[in-house]
Amino acid sequence: MVKIEAVVRPGVLEDIKDGLSKYGIHGMTVAQVMGCGLQKGRKEVYRGTEYSINLLPKVKIEIVAADKDADGVVEVIIKAARTGEIGDGKIFITKIENAIRIRTGEKGDAAV
Amino acid sequence: MKKRLALITLISLIMIFIFPMFAWAAEEGIDTGDTAWVIISTALVFLMIPGIALFYGGMVRQKNVLNTMMMSFICLGVVTILWLVYGYSLAFGPDISKFIGDLSYFGLKGVGLEPTGTIPHQLFVVFQMMFAVLTPALITGAIVERMRFPAFLLFLVLWTTLVYDPICHWVWGGGWLMELGALDFAGGTVVHISSGISALVAALVLGRRKGYGTERMVPHNIPYVVLGAALLWFGWFGFNSGSALAANGLAASVFINTQLATGAALMSWVMAEWLRHGKPTMLGAASGAIAGLVAITPACAFVTPMGSLAIGLVAGILCYFTVSYVKVKMGYDDSLDVFGIHGVGGMWGALATGLFSVAEGAEGLFYGNAAQLGIQAVSVAATIVFASVATFVILKVVGAITRLRVDDEAEILGLDVNEHSERAYSV
Repeated sequence: MVKIEAVVRPGVLEDIKDGLSKYGIHGMTVAQVMGCGLQKGRKEVYRGTEYSINLLPKVKIEIVAADKDADGVVEVIIKAARTGEIGDGKIFITKIENAIRIRTGEKGDAAV
Repeated sequence: MKKRLALITLISLIMIFIFPMFAWAAEEGIDTGDTAWVIISTALVFLMIPGIALFYGGMVRQKNVLNTMMMSFICLGVVTILWLVYGYSLAFGPDISKFIGDLSYFGLKGVGLEPTGTIPHQLFVVFQMMFAVLTPALITGAIVERMRFPAFLLFLVLWTTLVYDPICHWVWGGGWLMELGALDFAGGTVVHISSGISALVAALVLGRRKGYGTERMVPHNIPYVVLGAALLWFGWFGFNSGSALAANGLAASVFINTQLATGAALMSWVMAEWLRHGKPTMLGAASGAIAGLVAITPACAFVTPMGSLAIGLVAGILCYFTVSYVKVKMGYDDSLDVFGIHGVGGMWGALATGLFSVAEGAEGLFYGNAAQLGIQAVSVAATIVFASVATFVILKVVGAITRLRVDDEAEILGLDVNEHSERAYSV
């Protein structure tokens, strides 16, 4: 099993959800986060005083999937999230030792 | 039976003929229309106090919003009591040496429903009370996010007694500025210069907030600021038009001048920041409106609509320049720009009255009477000197009695939790 963490623009969340749903992945955890990378942030002005805002709002999507689905999930995310501009986000993949569905006690791929 | 009938007839006759005489005697000289307007205006000015709480509350960081609102709201308790016990008497009581009123009206002794102009005396007391409550609430914008609440309460009592009441007497209560012919229709000097200058002194005495200039200190809720500004604008119609103390043509003229100057200042502030930073901001629009309201306050009864337009246009640019350039250059931490908007706006308004006034016998410079501008300048200078020195001394006295600032840890944690054991938002 793998955990796929995608940090993306807030505006692409619905497209990613639709794409994953069509692919057959329904479980995910979504959080609103602030982050910075290559994107330079923006300027805010309050009563004439400028503030450089380095951290920008992003959405982090966490999906745990079977190894066989990993590439497919990543493809769906990239397809929905890529605009070609700086700030499209990143995807991180890590190995997961196990997963347990609390309601039934199922483990491993059956639990995700 | 006949006796009972005779008694009822007698009582009825007494009620018909005598009671109306009493009623007539009590209301002789009182105009019901004027009274109704001033009652409504009093309620409108009251609304400015929760308005300022929202206006300021939205501009501070999330951890200090309740403390900021509390500082405005507590004025409704403290100053109400002070005003009715002795403040009104000091401000409007029989004059002592053109400087202060005596204590003839202590505890509102002898202040009843007899007419003052065409309204009941007690109504005039409560209308003026709202001004007394609002003025120190304005100062709080300069000291929020760092002043201890007990120290603020002591400051509030002393400042209202030693600064507001005397200046009010000088300008409106028969004092020396009134005798000199200084024009201040609804409080440019009494309310805005006094609070704006005192705010600057308080900000300097307290020192900058921890992290000022290095940390990001931006408004946590601009919709609060807009709501507060809207309530202030709405209430200001009572503040200015109500100061006519009558439902008449003067009140109508004041109303239109207030609206025109405010709209003009809103636009000039927004245009100035649009030119400088490339975008118009909501906070700027709200701030510009308040700057216009402040500036037109002393002049609103004495100028033409075009005079109001000019006063408003200059006010927006002047106040924007002060908060965005002068404050940054000077490096003082007037948290919410009380000096930049109320102090500078008030000074401009008071001087502009001396430029644009068309009042008969008190025309301004542009209408051939340079002397009026001189008188206005004297009133501005006197208010600056008196309010700044008195505020400095009061803060030193308060500081000697109790600590003025919260400690570093409390400032980092926020004053809501530290001073009130409350949190505005639970998440």
